[in-house]
Amino acid sequence: MTDVRADAFDAAPARQSERERVEAENRQLAEERKKIARDGPKLKGEKLAARLDLAWRRPRGIIGWLATVDHKEIGRRYIITALGFFVLGGIMALLMRLQLAQPDSNLIGAERYNQLFTMHGSTMMFLFAVPVMEGVAVYIIPLMLGTRSTAFPRLNAFSYYMYLFGGLMLWGAFVLNIAPDVGWFAYTPLSGPQFSPGKRADVWAQMITFTEVAALAAAVVLTSTILKCRAPGMTLARMPLFAWAMLVVAVMIIFSMPSVALCSGMLISDRLVGTNFYNAAEHGDALLWQHLFWFFGHPEVYIIFLPATGFVSVMVETFCRRPVFGHAVVVLALISTGILAFGLWVHHMFATGLPRVGYSFYTAASMSVSIPTGLQIFCWLATIWDGRPRFQVPMLYVVGFIVTFVIGGLTGVMVAAVPLDLQLHDTYFVVAHFHYVLIGGAVFPLLGIFTYWFPKITGRMMNDTVGKVSFWLVFVGFHLTFFPMHLSGLLGMPRRVYTYPAGLGLEVPNLLSTLGTFILAAAVVLFVVNGLISLYRGVIAGPNPWGAASLEWATSSPPPVYNFEHIPVVESDTPLWDVEGELPVVTGLRVDEKEILLTTVVAAAPDLREPVPAASLWPLIGAMAVGIVFVASIFSPWALVFGLVPCGIAFAAWFWPKELKRNPEPVIS
Amino acid sequence: MTRRATAILPLLLGACSYQHYQSAFGNAAVEDSQFLILFTIFLVVCVVMYVLVMGFMLLGFLRSRGAAEANVVETGRHHHSHPLMRTALIGWTALIGVGLAALAIASFFTDRSMAKAATGEKLSITLTANQWWWDVQYNSSDASKTLRTANELHLPVGVPVRITLASNDVIHSFWVPSLAGKQDLIPGRESDITIVPKRTGIFRGQCAEFCGAQHAHMALVVNVDSYPDFIKWWDHQLQPAAAPTNPVTLAGYEYVTTGPCGACHNIGGTPASGTVAPDLTHLASRRSIAAGTLPMSEGNLYGWVEDPQSLKPGVKMPTIGLEPGQLHAVVAYLETLK
Amino acid sequence: MSSRFRASLLFLGAAALTLAACEREEHHSRSKPIGETVPAGSSPQTIYPGGSVPPALDARAKLFNNNANAISMGQTLYQQMNCVGCHSHGGGGMGPPLMDDQWRYGGRIDQIATTIAEGRPNGMPAWRGKLTEDQIWDLAAYVRSMSGLPSKDAVSSRSESMSGPTPQTLTAKPQPTNSDAAPQ
Repeated sequence: MTDVRADAFDAAPARQSERERVEAENRQLAEERKKIARDGPKLKGEKLAARLDLAWRRPRGIIGWLATVDHKEIGRRYIITALGFFVLGGIMALLMRLQLAQPDSNLIGAERYNQLFTMHGSTMMFLFAVPVMEGVAVYIIPLMLGTRSTAFPRLNAFSYYMYLFGGLMLWGAFVLNIAPDVGWFAYTPLSGPQFSPGKRADVWAQMITFTEVAALAAAVVLTSTILKCRAPGMTLARMPLFAWAMLVVAVMIIFSMPSVALCSGMLISDRLVGTNFYNAAEHGDALLWQHLFWFFGHPEVYIIFLPATGFVSVMVETFCRRPVFGHAVVVLALISTGILAFGLWVHHMFATGLPRVGYSFYTAASMSVSIPTGLQIFCWLATIWDGRPRFQVPMLYVVGFIVTFVIGGLTGVMVAAVPLDLQLHDTYFVVAHFHYVLIGGAVFPLLGIFTYWFPKITGRMMNDTVGKVSFWLVFVGFHLTFFPMHLSGLLGMPRRVYTYPAGLGLEVPNLLSTLGTFILAAAVVLFVVNGLISLYRGVIAGPNPWGAASLEWATSSPPPVYNFEHIPVVESDTPLWDVEGELPVVTGLRVDEKEILLTTVVAAAPDLREPVPAASLWPLIGAMAVGIVFVASIFSPWALVFGLVPCGIAFAAWFWPKELKRNPEPVIS
Repeated sequence: MTRRATAILPLLLGACSYQHYQSAFGNAAVEDSQFLILFTIFLVVCVVMYVLVMGFMLLGFLRSRGAAEANVVETGRHHHSHPLMRTALIGWTALIGVGLAALAIASFFTDRSMAKAATGEKLSITLTANQWWWDVQYNSSDASKTLRTANELHLPVGVPVRITLASNDVIHSFWVPSLAGKQDLIPGRESDITIVPKRTGIFRGQCAEFCGAQHAHMALVVNVDSYPDFIKWWDHQLQPAAAPTNPVTLAGYEYVTTGPCGACHNIGGTPASGTVAPDLTHLASRRSIAAGTLPMSEGNLYGWVEDPQSLKPGVKMPTIGLEPGQLHAVVAYLETLK
Repeated sequence: MSSRFRASLLFLGAAALTLAACEREEHHSRSKPIGETVPAGSSPQTIYPGGSVPPALDARAKLFNNNANAISMGQTLYQQMNCVGCHSHGGGGMGPPLMDDQWRYGGRIDQIATTIAEGRPNGMPAWRGKLTEDQIWDLAAYVRSMSGLPSKDAVSSRSESMSGPTPQTLTAKPQPTNSDAAPQ
């Protein structure tokens, strides 16, 4: 810290008082520089905000945009991309329903129809449902936990790019007429080398690999963030229920995704180099696919559903103006659902002829998994009972969720029984069941949470009246579409048929379903239009327009790039309701470098100050390298060998150990 | 009592006007009756649970509207729940647990009674599924009575029949909803299903596991006859194909047995002895063509023989491009195969 | 071919193959039969006396040569029509092997289709009239694939039966050894 004006001073002789004045100014400058490395009582307000913004913002321009590691930007991208895929998947559904509106219809031929339902299922399950939950979590969890960034922000960026490239590959294949046509679960031997010639099933299997890598990466990010990056004082017991839900979901992803990666990898291997994993003639087994796929597939639906229960807990708490009843019960229910979900997968295979005694265990397990969910529902209803509910749009979606999801859960109990499942499996009854639990149980809360967190993300409220109209359109459209499917399943309509004969009684239910689909489509369009218009003309929202209790509402809307000016300290599970005036905060984090506070896992005592990586292009480059390897390996096994080179380069550059060339910290006096 | 209860179900659901020949309400066999009883039990219990949940929610909303002050303070941690809420939680858990246990036990008993009905079968059929047709073989201890046919089953009423299921290519599923639940046909594995039909009638089944392009058109017709009628049918089917009697049918016979048809299809008592396509020996006695794609009629036979690819695109039977004279002859001959 | 050259070809190939998807994945409408393979009784087109140019490849070849659906259908027909009886799974027996690079009557798809339709001396039956022309060309496409001639992305690696030969996706493409220099 040399005095820059020393030369000038020496060169020109000056009067005594002027020299003193300059000296005093220099001393003041040096003092200030010593004090402003960390936030604290001496650095706050606008000056603190400016310093934090300088430290945390990413480089401007396209490179900075591609290189961002800001969880809010990545979360927004996830959500918007997932909504895009939702619309594409919905268009597939609309086309399917047009073909099924009438018996013996020839609007869409068999092969195209098979591609449509494969694209619909794969898009909704792999490219919409899980990524949108991850995206919302990636955006809101650091805010909810009172920290400035997720753990592993570059891995977060990598996860998004892998997801994007996987989705683009699948839809690019659709445009190029190599869309998969084997159904979203691609049973072997239909998806094997003999019965699915060409590259369609390979495209599907590699899309799985992309999205599985992306989901695993996001799960690692979320687990670490939730366990280590919470605000001081936010013990596990005080952690919001949505964070608990995402913790359970992230661990479930880590345990279940490898199974589908394995089985799709084995399928690619069978198709590419002639291995015999699924070839019964060479002592492989067609059922191996089903076991491995459903070992992933069943937890997958809970991976989609549990974040939605987190959403419901958030909305019920805010709109009933009291904490959720039975906080501990809900947490235990989330954990036990997550664990039990791994023991149910054979209920997808009740018709395959495995020993009946074994099936009874899966019937019992499948029924018992509804107990924790039933408990959660009780807790929400008890919160409503003891609270003061307000019927704003998110609460409407909560009510819609309860009305709809419980029906789905009950039909699920029906198909858990083997004798019933043997009639209902692979019919439209099951289609009705899973749409009730997936749309009722996940999409309704999702639409509610979009309305709820829209002000936080964008700074404006969504239009209330349009929101209410959207809700009713979605509700009516959904039930009109899917309730008749219970009947068409019972009347003998199997799944995945591009047409059905007249005279079986299926005409009326199918026509009603098609009409309902149009109402649903209108509802989605209206919701999106509401979002787009509210972006520019919505009522400006303050930091906490709903009067909610959790930490994300303690900062401005939208949050600044550094989330919080000071890291808050938490003393209860509803911090904003329990503190008069300003929240207590911790000070002492650096403001000249990106840094977050890590806390201990259970008690959230301050533990470490962790530097946060700067914006970097290597996640994008790494994702492109890996993406090229995956796509090329559809055509040749050599891609896996030669692809190690670009991947190796990208990852070496990403992980290259950096000398900590940080500015040495000044000593604080 | 239960029979009436299960009969009310379709009425309630507005489906009473249909014939139920491909419907779980068909109630035409012991297995489907068991399904309907269990389904009714489940439906009742589930409806009761649903009403309870909705009632709880509704009361919760109404209560807070009417309450002068609720047990909640907007800020501050001093929120109170109703003192009995914890008891209600435990009661709710117990109710769900008991309900589920009851349903699981009912399911287990139904399963057991289905397994019991599966013993003592008197008739054995082997069903082999192919992409997109059903190969049917009636087994008999007397080798000369083994019957091979396709896409249609005849079953005697009241006699337990055990159908052994196998597949030649991909996974299919045998499902006749009016009679019983489904079983998958998985290549490399053999499983079986036992059905005890209770009443005569004509029923339709469909493949219920996605098996490729024409999965939607892989159906089969099941005729449940009285026992004497069934035996008469079996004996008739064992006869070789009728010989051609007039020049047109003779020309058709010549084409079918020496041309492409015989390379894949079998017609008993003729040189046409292919094994990879449906047996045509008594084609004209069946109710449908191409595994339930079209009803059996002269016009449909013409259409099918002329151009199967436009009626069932992707089917393994090629479009030959017959000339009109050949087409007339072939169809005339096929119509004699009663 | 050095490995590096192969690698760069691979990545270029991946892009090109994606764009060529249409050809590989097309299900040609089988409602319109493709017409006679060759007029009955024609001679094998494998002898070009006086050093003349071999006849041009039949226009229908491009519908079948690299078409995954045709090759797959051919694989099914090969089983069903008992070609295995003489040729086993390409290794030959009573009939000559089909997976090597020796083609007595030519290895172009139209020449193989002629062989199947016409039959050949010493035991190859004539399938004209027993199989449709589409089926014959499907079989011809599959027979070519046993020698690794079509592009690798159009063949399936194996069938769902007992494993026999090298997976077709890994079968090396042989250099032609007879005088037939016509484009494969």
